[in-house]
Amino acid sequence: MHSGQNKERERFIDENLRRVYEETVDEGIPDKFAELLNKLKEQEKENGASK
Amino acid sequence: MSAQDPRDQLVEHLPAMRAFAISLTRNGAIADDMVQDTLVKAWTNIDKFEVGTNMRAWLFTILRNTYYSSRRKANREVADVDGIFTESLAEKPAHDGHMQMTDFRKALSALKDEQREALLLVGASGFSYEEAADMCGVAVGTIKSRTNRARARIAELMGLRDDETLEMTDDATMSVISSSKVSSF
Repeated sequence: MHSGQNKERERFIDENLRRVYEETVDEGIPDKFAELLNKLKEQEKENGASK
Repeated sequence: MSAQDPRDQLVEHLPAMRAFAISLTRNGAIADDMVQDTLVKAWTNIDKFEVGTNMRAWLFTILRNTYYSSRRKANREVADVDGIFTESLAEKPAHDGHMQMTDFRKALSALKDEQREALLLVGASGFSYEEAADMCGVAVGTIKSRTNRARARIAELMGLRDDETLEMTDDATMSVISSSKVSSF
């Protein structure tokens, strides 16, 4: 009986959820993540070279 | 090492991981620490990743394990978050977009971790109920009921009644009716 109304409510909530997500995604990724990945790569190169 | 190193794909999943972490922890600094920990774990354990399977699901599993183990350690669970947020929420939802988002964020934050997590995985991250159940180590039915409860709680906190969405239609209908009345006179 309430399924139509619940669908409407679900749509509303999921729309807001996606908006919250998109705001964060649009912020982009802070530089520290790229720096961390580079550090991990370099560490591995060093380890590889020492082997 | 194979020509295609799966680690090269890690960076593609960072925005989604961060969005999930921020919504889950409600704290940008903790979220970023968690994502960094996850990156290091994924990098050093990449041999455990089965190529051809869903990398995002694998990363999210590490991410949520990181969250729950750090939460257990720090035991920094906030007591009575529900009470605080319930009080601060308006009785009636504001139709203004910005207000609505603020209320929505508050309602999302007020959910139990397990419910918020299920809703984020299924409603926002685009995982299936089955994938979310695998990640959380629970039955599919558990994820479904957590998601349903999360939605019901948000609706309750935002003062969304079942007929809420009909209200605006009613107004529109009323104006049509009243204008048609006017024209018929």
